[in-house]
Amino acid sequence: MAEKKLMKGNEALAEGAIRAGCRFFAGYPITPQNEIPEYMSWRLPQVGGAFVQAESEVSAINMVYGAGATGVRCMTSSSSPGMSLKQEGISYAAGADLPIFIGNVMRGGPGLGNIAGAQGDYWQATRGGGHGDYRCFVMAPNCVTELGNFPHKCFEVAFKYRLPSMVLADGILGQMMEPVEFKHPEIDPKTLTEPAWALGKCEGRDKRIVKSYDLKEGGVEIMVNERVQRYKAIEQSEVLYEEQMIEDADIVLVAYGISSRVCVAAMKQAREKGLKVGLLRPITLWPFPKARLIELSKRVKNFLVVEMSLGQMVEDVALAINGRANVHLHAKPGASVITADEVCKTMDKILKKEAKEYAAVK
Amino acid sequence: MQLLNKKPESLLDVKMHYCPGCGHGIIHRLVAEVMDELGIRGRTVGVAPVGCAVFADTYFNCDMIQGPHGRGPAEATGIKRAKPDTIVFSYQGDGDLASIGMAEIVHAAIRSENITVIFVNNAIYGMTGGQMAPTTLMGQKATTCVEGRNAKQAGYPIRMSEMLATIDGATYLERTTVHTAPGVVKTKMAIKKAFQNQIDGKGFSMVEILSMCPTNWGTRLDNPSEATKFVAEGMLPVFPLGVYKDACAADKK
Repeated sequence: MAEKKLMKGNEALAEGAIRAGCRFFAGYPITPQNEIPEYMSWRLPQVGGAFVQAESEVSAINMVYGAGATGVRCMTSSSSPGMSLKQEGISYAAGADLPIFIGNVMRGGPGLGNIAGAQGDYWQATRGGGHGDYRCFVMAPNCVTELGNFPHKCFEVAFKYRLPSMVLADGILGQMMEPVEFKHPEIDPKTLTEPAWALGKCEGRDKRIVKSYDLKEGGVEIMVNERVQRYKAIEQSEVLYEEQMIEDADIVLVAYGISSRVCVAAMKQAREKGLKVGLLRPITLWPFPKARLIELSKRVKNFLVVEMSLGQMVEDVALAINGRANVHLHAKPGASVITADEVCKTMDKILKKEAKEYAAVK
Repeated sequence: MQLLNKKPESLLDVKMHYCPGCGHGIIHRLVAEVMDELGIRGRTVGVAPVGCAVFADTYFNCDMIQGPHGRGPAEATGIKRAKPDTIVFSYQGDGDLASIGMAEIVHAAIRSENITVIFVNNAIYGMTGGQMAPTTLMGQKATTCVEGRNAKQAGYPIRMSEMLATIDGATYLERTTVHTAPGVVKTKMAIKKAFQNQIDGKGFSMVEILSMCPTNWGTRLDNPSEATKFVAEGMLPVFPLGVYKDACAADKK
């Protein structure tokens, strides 16, 4: 068994990125993700990498845009207000097909909001966030070990399909300490093949250009359509989710990240009372486990989406289920924590047919 | 027969889109000649801005990147730190560098990033159609100040070289012009020094180049001397030429 270390979530994410070959980091302080740049500032030089504390999130994402264009595995990290500032650069990275990696530790919003863990940036993360037609590969960990291991997958997918990738965590996961097991072998960047598009030395070959624009009529349409083919391949091959006690479930809880841990507790409470409750936890938020939800909706009557937002992922669940089963929502915005008791009460209401469906008109 | 002069290898033989009388073509050529002379084309990455020079990525014969408006120095930072053995230059206009990208250029200088910045100052937004720039002169007409820039509404033109000269991290700052032949020669020498500094690892260098924009200044396209006169009589008094920082000879403290 691999060695286990007690680490904070943010530190595990940073260490996991380095083990996945990350050698450039640019970031800007913002709570609750500060341990990521702090860790990177001393750890990256140890492995021959570079750390820059940027003057802003805007600058940080553009440093990563530049570093990413050289083919180096690179990342930035931030939290909600800072992620808003990064959206311009993420859109450019998507438009230039750059495989950058972003650590996103959500807090309560909108605006300055607060500094506690929240899940209000699901839409921003999964809908692109910046301008234009594009996607980011988004993974949602629910424990510190996953924070430490997901950067590996994010870099792998980002480089295979050439798109930005993101770990979408929250302030609770970022700040909590748990034993971490790094499951992937450490990647030495020197062993990686330099991508065919990487900028650097054009001596002996044609020059290369990294750009997101094409002013010719129909030029961007061609660029986006080519990208759509890669997005389809990702939706086919890269969906990840976890299921618990789903086989006989009358109600399936759908939750990601920290909310899924509350749901595990709620599910156990409900099972003790004899209720047949299961859990579907999307691990990739984009691509979303749509096909699995469609399959489950043929058998399961009730789905309850639990999230720490005003209700964002619920729309993806409702879209997937498309009226084949009842979709309910238990949501709390503003970084307020949901308890297992509350979820159990909502489940009781659903079974007594007292709960209103999410998409109900009246 | 001996070939005395040729198109620089660092500039591709493609049709440029610049307007008649524009200074960008001259400045592109100077940058390319310097890359040839220093033998750095094969390891240079250029950063194209947003604005008139956006297509610089297709003109220079080296690896190029094009990114968001004003963020050139941040992109250059990322490239240089990720691949320290490359030579990185950021080519920017005055809207790009002195307005939306003010933070990026100032902090690149503060960090003394070992990069070269080519800053083309023509006191106007070109690509978007002649709006007021932070460098627009007092009284100069622009499409967002049709009566001319006035201090009450829009303040005063920014002198970037002078401002950056206050920063310890800035190594070399010179303002030149391309509105005269001697100015072109001096500009090339300044560009060469700015690249040589990077090769020598001396830190942040920027050449601010005063340049013509007949189209958006409204000077006559069939009489380029109107535009050069605007540089001489309008811009030079506000943006005096000269070396504003040269910390190469004596090491910076």
